Amino acid sequence: MRYKPLLIYLFISSIFLTLLGSIWKIMATLQGLKLTEINFNINFLLALLLSFALIFIGKKINRLIKILVFSSIFTLVYILINESAPIWYNSGVFLLSLFFTSRVNNYDLNYLKEDFISEKIIFDFLSLFAIVFFAFVILFPFYLMFVTSFKTQAALLFNPLDLSINFTKNLVEVFKSYFVIFKTYDFGRYIYTSSIVSIGTVIITLIFAIPAAYAVARLNFFGKTFLSNSILVIYMFPAIVLVIPLYTVFSQLGLRNSIEGLLIVYTATTLPVAIYMLQGYFKSIPKEIEDAGLIDGQNWFGIIIKIIIPLSLPAIASVALYVFMIAWNEFLFSLMFLDNPKSFTLSRAINHLTGDAETPRQYLMAGSVVVTLPILLIFVYFEKYLVSGLTAGSVKG
Amino acid sequence: MTDTLSKIEKRTAYTLLLPAVFLVFAIVLFPIFANIWISFKEVQLKDIRIPEPRAKKIVKSISEDKTKLKIVYRLRNSSLIEDINNIEFLDKLPKNIEPVNLDPRCTFKSKKIKCDFGNWKAEYKENFEIVIRNINNDEIDKNIIKSQKPRLSGDADNILLTTKFTFKNFKQVFNENEFLDLLLTTFYFTFFGTVGAIIFGVFAAQLVNQKFYGRTFMRSILLFPYVGPVVALAYTWTLLLDPNSGTLNAILVNFGIIDKPINLLGQKYLTLNLLGFDIKLRLALTTVIMFEIWRYFPLAFLFILARLQAIPKDLYEAAEVDGAGPLRKFINITLPQITAILSILFMIRFIWNFNKFEDIFLLTGGASGTRTLPINVYQQGFAISNIGMGSAVSIVIVMLLIIFMIIYFKLIGKRANEV
Repeated sequence: MRYKPLLIYLFISSIFLTLLGSIWKIMATLQGLKLTEINFNINFLLALLLSFALIFIGKKINRLIKILVFSSIFTLVYILINESAPIWYNSGVFLLSLFFTSRVNNYDLNYLKEDFISEKIIFDFLSLFAIVFFAFVILFPFYLMFVTSFKTQAALLFNPLDLSINFTKNLVEVFKSYFVIFKTYDFGRYIYTSSIVSIGTVIITLIFAIPAAYAVARLNFFGKTFLSNSILVIYMFPAIVLVIPLYTVFSQLGLRNSIEGLLIVYTATTLPVAIYMLQGYFKSIPKEIEDAGLIDGQNWFGIIIKIIIPLSLPAIASVALYVFMIAWNEFLFSLMFLDNPKSFTLSRAINHLTGDAETPRQYLMAGSVVVTLPILLIFVYFEKYLVSGLTAGSVKG
Repeated sequence: MTDTLSKIEKRTAYTLLLPAVFLVFAIVLFPIFANIWISFKEVQLKDIRIPEPRAKKIVKSISEDKTKLKIVYRLRNSSLIEDINNIEFLDKLPKNIEPVNLDPRCTFKSKKIKCDFGNWKAEYKENFEIVIRNINNDEIDKNIIKSQKPRLSGDADNILLTTKFTFKNFKQVFNENEFLDLLLTTFYFTFFGTVGAIIFGVFAAQLVNQKFYGRTFMRSILLFPYVGPVVALAYTWTLLLDPNSGTLNAILVNFGIIDKPINLLGQKYLTLNLLGFDIKLRLALTTVIMFEIWRYFPLAFLFILARLQAIPKDLYEAAEVDGAGPLRKFINITLPQITAILSILFMIRFIWNFNKFEDIFLLTGGASGTRTLPINVYQQGFAISNIGMGSAVSIVIVMLLIIFMIIYFKLIGKRANEV
């Protein structure tokens, strides 16, 4: 009998189960349940007993019976020693214990005799816990943003913990914030401006970047090494050091408050990374294919249009999506350059909403959902391309 | 023959490069140098408008006489500080109409009134009057006269182009007692933000590198904070952390973990009692660093995951045969394999966190001890409206950046291509 792995197993697994229970309790509180005690110690003891029983019974009885019986017992005791709660909450507890018991199903006293078992147990539960932790920490703000946009100011101030959405009301009431931001705050126009600016930036960047990247990748000219070395250096200079001179010059040229001004700045700031990414890909295209084109009497324009672009569509897609994301999310320049609500982009418009302290937060969150949702959908749909763009462009961010 | 070919190649290369290079020069490199120029000048935000002579035209009737009208031009210098020289004025009159007793500074020729107003001091104002009459003694239509707008032109110094320089801005930047504090805050923010993001990145990458149900889903989710727009995310966090009705404080108070809500973004210090010592934690700064880590660990994660997936599996298998446990495998195989990428990540992320503006600006606006150098650029330039000071701070940032870049390229620049 080895006590060290046994103790480690008991401790870690009980902590894990208790934490799962606590997170579930917090989530339930956010649905308006009045629960005020975490009862960490008592629930930890309960989880400890469960782990203890499970490991001693091991594989002596049928797996399914074991899981079901022990989950039920755990849930019943849990209900007894915790505050009273509705059925759906307790079934959640049952599901959690079901997950837990099936997870530790292969643990028995024999298994604890394996080599490095303590480390294995720790790694096992740590990664389980990490999944829960990362998923919770990352998704919670997005969840909060989403549900807040469906609440009313009065409800939020009355009980900030109650984030439940009441779908029994009529839908117009539920989606009221969205109607308001589109009607009163003119968000339709901002979506339009943001789309024009982002798509325009992508197109202009590609028009400028593809020929330049081709020259850097393929042609020999004076200053080539210098140029390709300086691309990344230039890219590392942040927007904040450019903003004052650009502001003064744009003010004097009357380019502030114009979409053209934003397009110029966005294109110029994304060009270096676009060229850097494209030239890397162009270099990987076999030169023989181009030579064939040269023999056919194509000039460089023909080669780029007919050979290079069709062959590097995946790379171009990556660059396009990455540039789109940067332009869509950009905030600093739109803050500096736009002060006329007629030319606002979405990001700037949401910032403008907060300028008035009276603006109800559900409108702010509805606006945030409107700006976040498109980019997340694009990301999920085109993940493969965007991830390679992110990796290449992640020298900045 | 080859000579002409290489000439053609060169010419093609330059034509292809020119547009991109020109744009980047104009929008990225020119401003960096322009900063140097502006930082030696005393410029306020309101000065950057070029001074213009302006005239507002008002048409008035003279008693009962419909054949005569009085035009009043309210003339002024738009600038409060700059003079305008050699001001010329031009207005047109319709047919058959001529001025009476024209001011000596003006001439009337072929329906045009031209005036030479000379020089206007800053804040100059004058009510300039012209009486006009119809030659045929007909009634003059007021609206026709009104619709014609006068044109004015003059030479004014563009404050950005004068050669008056001063060291005042830099003196002020460095003499401020706050400068050291500012620098320290920036370094705290940068260092802990970078290290935190990398540590979480390693954990997340190690996690996703294992096989489990829902792994691809997990990988997408991990990138959400980086892909989402900073404005939306920062405001969501402000809402989450709000002391009055924020969800986090509400949860903590509800479960009795804290007695009173904590203003996580608005409180400069939090005194913690650890083992009998009072430790002052920079609370708002810590919160901002947390947001920073939350938002940028996905990038570290992406890099490290790519590297982890490239480690040959047989290394681990061999280690297992030799009797190594999971911890030893991580320390002896995984860590050495990722140190190169970690050091590159550290340098790159360090440089970028050093320049972070939006995140802090949106969360705290630089209040409660979160003012970093980039925030200071904005505050000097736009909140205090001192463009010159803002530029001087930008120059300090550029200088520090160049030092970081030199270190970066000296240390790992060559290795960067190998990884």
